Amino acid sequence: MAITQLSVFLENKPGKLAETVKRISEAGVNIRAMSLADTKDFGILRLIVSDVAATKALLTEQAIVTETEVVAVRMDDQAGALYRILKVLDGAQINVEYLYAFTGTKSDSAYVVLRVDNADAAEKLLAESGVATLSDSELKALL
Amino acid sequence: MSNYYQKEIETASRDEIIRIQNEKLVKQVKRVYENVPYYRDLMDKKGVKPEDIKSIDDIKLLPFLSKADLRDAYPYGLLGTDIKNCVRIQSTSGTTGRRVVAFYTQHDIDLWEECCARAIVAAGGTNEDVCQVCYGYGLFTGGPGLNGGSHKVGCLTLPMSSGNTDRQIQFMMDLGATILCCTPSYAAYIGETLKEKGYKPEDNKLKAGIFGAEPWTEEMRRSIQESLGIKAYDIYGLTETSGPGVAFECEEQTGMHINEDHFYAEIIDPDTGEVLPEGSKGELVFTSLDKEGFPLLRYRTRDICVLSRKPCSCGRTHVKMSKPMGRSDDMMIIRGVNVFPSQIETVLLKEGYEPNYQIVVDRERNNDTLDVYVELSPDQFSDKIADIQNREKSLESAMRAMLGIGAKMHLVPPKSIARSEGKAVRVIDKRKLHD
Repeated sequence: MAITQLSVFLENKPGKLAETVKRISEAGVNIRAMSLADTKDFGILRLIVSDVAATKALLTEQAIVTETEVVAVRMDDQAGALYRILKVLDGAQINVEYLYAFTGTKSDSAYVVLRVDNADAAEKLLAESGVATLSDSELKALL
Repeated sequence: MSNYYQKEIETASRDEIIRIQNEKLVKQVKRVYENVPYYRDLMDKKGVKPEDIKSIDDIKLLPFLSKADLRDAYPYGLLGTDIKNCVRIQSTSGTTGRRVVAFYTQHDIDLWEECCARAIVAAGGTNEDVCQVCYGYGLFTGGPGLNGGSHKVGCLTLPMSSGNTDRQIQFMMDLGATILCCTPSYAAYIGETLKEKGYKPEDNKLKAGIFGAEPWTEEMRRSIQESLGIKAYDIYGLTETSGPGVAFECEEQTGMHINEDHFYAEIIDPDTGEVLPEGSKGELVFTSLDKEGFPLLRYRTRDICVLSRKPCSCGRTHVKMSKPMGRSDDMMIIRGVNVFPSQIETVLLKEGYEPNYQIVVDRERNNDTLDVYVELSPDQFSDKIADIQNREKSLESAMRAMLGIGAKMHLVPPKSIARSEGKAVRVIDKRKLHD
């Protein structure tokens, strides 16, 4: 049920991010959510996009692009919502490598993308706790 | 007023020096031919017999030795005498293939230390001096060589070895060191640290520094002399011939006198091997005239320089060599350590990387920096920052193990390293080492 994120390895140099985003925009692909982690030398761009296959194909020419399984969770856009999710994972000692959030088109919902060691186990746990996770097709409907 | 450690030989007439060289070379070639099968084969191949060598002028008949020969003959193939006569080895850093292991008899150690003593006395050293040696001790020749020379002169010797700058400064100030021996970059670093601690150049008792093991410029000399309030002298040497002290500067500071009663120097065309006339720029070649343990004949140093026999105001008659002006191979000297790009490549391949890399050498605050950029391949990529940083860390420790010095590793995307005409530029040396 996990969703697919694209992870892109970039040099930490002026213009590198813009160049990548330009390619995506020219292909008419919408970026639904993103996060950029950076060090002095390099950055890793994580993208949730409307067309994974097309984006991967067009970025592969100039960068390292890999698909990463991540868990996307719908939550109420209100205080304490994220904590309820993390508490479930924490209780099962599932480590969150990184996460980022985006808001839905409906104003009362927010989504969080979680990169965990074991996506399947995390989804199962979250489902048992009544937390809804998104599939690629559900995600597409949102975009 | 000049002082000499061994006045008679250091100021000997040209005729006398040639007489000594003639005599020593004839003996040395005989001994090497008898004791070193590796070199005997080279001579036989060239059709040269020991009896063909009648004077120093005949040296041009002898075959050259190169670093490749040292590698082929490693470890014992160029040993010049029975192991039982040897008392020590010294070695350069690097891989087994590149490592040089040199053997010393007590006679070799003595002559080496005497050469270093000549350098210390030329820098004004006497038995009243306190000589602080912060070259590395151990396999590296810097520490042991200057330490021995300092003993011979009778200086109070501070065998500090390298590093731990706070302790260096404490000993320097507390014991009133008057002569400092280290790499020029470390001398500059000590100067800066003293300034940061609020010391003025006149607060220390130093009068002279003997700096070598890496290239440095006149500009760097001026800045070291100013920051430490000393006169800075260059010293040259290599493990293959003995270590520091093969040549050293006198008060004139216009080139280094080669101890040519022990080491005969030639300048050759690096491409043809032809001996060039005095004053020509070319590759420096050394012959050990009287070493026993590791008696290299016509060893190609790969250092490019110029020899001069212009009379020197210090009274020494030995030929002078310029500072090395470059290399005829791709060896880099970083923080005093010899580094070949091929060593770096070996580590990268062993660790599973493609040989798409770039080496950048620079000098920041008088300290050499070594940065290696390596292209990551798609299967090595991870979306987690920590994974990539761990890869860099593990490469850094592999590099340190191979090179003996640290390198900062940078993983970069494929094709991000600039290529000129399809070929990656392997080394960028941003240091301005040669005037």
